[in-house]
Amino acid sequence: MATQHSRSAARLMMAPAVVLLLGWMLIPLSMTLFFSFKKYLPLRGDSMANGLEWVGFANYTRFVGSSAFWPSVQATLTIVGGVLIITVVLGVLLALLLNQPMWGQGVVRILVIAPFFVMPTVSALVWKNMFMDPTNGLLAYLWKFFGTEPIAWLSQASLPSLIMIVSWQWLPFATLILLTAIQSLDGEQLEAAEMDGAPSIKRFWFIVLPHLSRAITIVILIQTIFLLAIFAEIFVTTGGAFGTKTLSYLIFQRVLESQNVGLGSAGGVYAIILANIVAIFLMRIVGKNLDA
Amino acid sequence: MARSVTQNRKIINTAAAWAVGLLIFFPILWTILTSFKTEAQAISDPPVFLAFDWTLENYGVVMERSNYMRFLWNSIVIAGGSTILGIIIAVPAAWSMAFVPSKRTKDILLWMLSTKMLPAVGVLYPIYLLFIKLGLLDTKFGLTIVLMLINLPIIVWMLYTYFKEIPGEILEAARMDGASLKDEVLYVLTPMAIPGIASTLLLNVILAWNEAFWTLNLTAAKAAPLTAFIASYSSPEGLFYAKLSAASTMAIAPILILGWFSQKQLVSGLTFGAVK
Repeated sequence: MATQHSRSAARLMMAPAVVLLLGWMLIPLSMTLFFSFKKYLPLRGDSMANGLEWVGFANYTRFVGSSAFWPSVQATLTIVGGVLIITVVLGVLLALLLNQPMWGQGVVRILVIAPFFVMPTVSALVWKNMFMDPTNGLLAYLWKFFGTEPIAWLSQASLPSLIMIVSWQWLPFATLILLTAIQSLDGEQLEAAEMDGAPSIKRFWFIVLPHLSRAITIVILIQTIFLLAIFAEIFVTTGGAFGTKTLSYLIFQRVLESQNVGLGSAGGVYAIILANIVAIFLMRIVGKNLDA
Repeated sequence: MARSVTQNRKIINTAAAWAVGLLIFFPILWTILTSFKTEAQAISDPPVFLAFDWTLENYGVVMERSNYMRFLWNSIVIAGGSTILGIIIAVPAAWSMAFVPSKRTKDILLWMLSTKMLPAVGVLYPIYLLFIKLGLLDTKFGLTIVLMLINLPIIVWMLYTYFKEIPGEILEAARMDGASLKDEVLYVLTPMAIPGIASTLLLNVILAWNEAFWTLNLTAAKAAPLTAFIASYSSPEGLFYAKLSAASTMAIAPILILGWFSQKQLVSGLTFGAVK
């Protein structure tokens, strides 16, 4: 169908996007890889112009060996896992609820989706000050109202607090995708099951949930990629204190705050490998769906 | 009997859904309400919900004191510029992949998606260094380019999915009538693709507006957009709830409104067409 002429034109039209993304990927990536094998402390006079000392895998072993490493892995897993569980479970329930006949469905949908459009720095600061502040926060009033001592959320319960903030941001995303998936469910099948006397919990477990499994997988994979990289929420709430230093935040601190570029770059390579493991699964699902 | 049962269920569903919806929306509502209070009322014990003296004072103070307009302008330029630039680059690419597919089209699409998975923090220092060397640090231009690049895969994907739905026969017909490639794109494809391009634009403006890794790390005073403006309120001297609320409301209002229009596109856009 396509002529030789249009084929080469097509290639030409693709070129800018491909070249730009190739450059965006390869240049910084090879630089990170290069730095990760070097001793590079710009504040102590190391510079590219003077040549950097080759240190082999020293940065890689030091990054993993540092006392901050395992706590950061733990914090990362806790936050990612916590947010995933909350958003998927509540997302399924909420999608089921929103799929029912009701008045004002459109407005409720808008209310539920809204947090997704709030910029991360705003949601983090609003939660930190107006809700989680131990003296003036709304939650503190609530606690006092019920006669208990208010909690200093972000220092005493730092990880649960962060999980709460991030879950609030991502619940709309999970809900919206799961709702879209539920709406494509074949209503006749459910009706037939209902006629046969299957109780609603069974109908959910054997018909609805299997139907949602693909959407749930996609929610988990996409969120994991974004959650591994959360930054602003930690930056403006705890600044990495109180055990909230995730792997990405640790790398950020190594690279920009203490300016140990070699060490931070080795950490960056670990983060890239980790993200790629998740990405491979996601790409497989997306690829299967693509009839190109 | 059956009718009243379903009617009752509908009432229960409505009540439950509205309760949950309002609970989820509450932090935003509370922020908007607080922005109209005085500082004293913002932290009054017990909290006041509606019965306070509504005032616009905070908005005036925030705009005056912190040069809000410059941050807003930076956000508009960076989010708008990166999206438009991305669309200009992505339209030809998506067009050729949708209408002149080759054996490698699928691989190229998936590879583009994979660049989106690259954790930003892994390439933070190289980009930082390149920005210093090229004099791009704290410039709107530099940030526009970076945000264009991180959103380019999503833009290509969204446009590709929309273009795929345009029937190829129409292009064939245009070709038969002697339309050149340029005519084909300009007069046949573009008008049909406008809705798809519009929703791509909308979603990507939202994503770029809210991006908070590169905007925080690559800007200082000059090019900082609203994300960085709000982050500056995390310092202790900025702890004025009413003013924080006014600043926050101004930062999120335009995107909340845009976002509500784009909720349909959100799903297919953010799942790269895997959920429609």
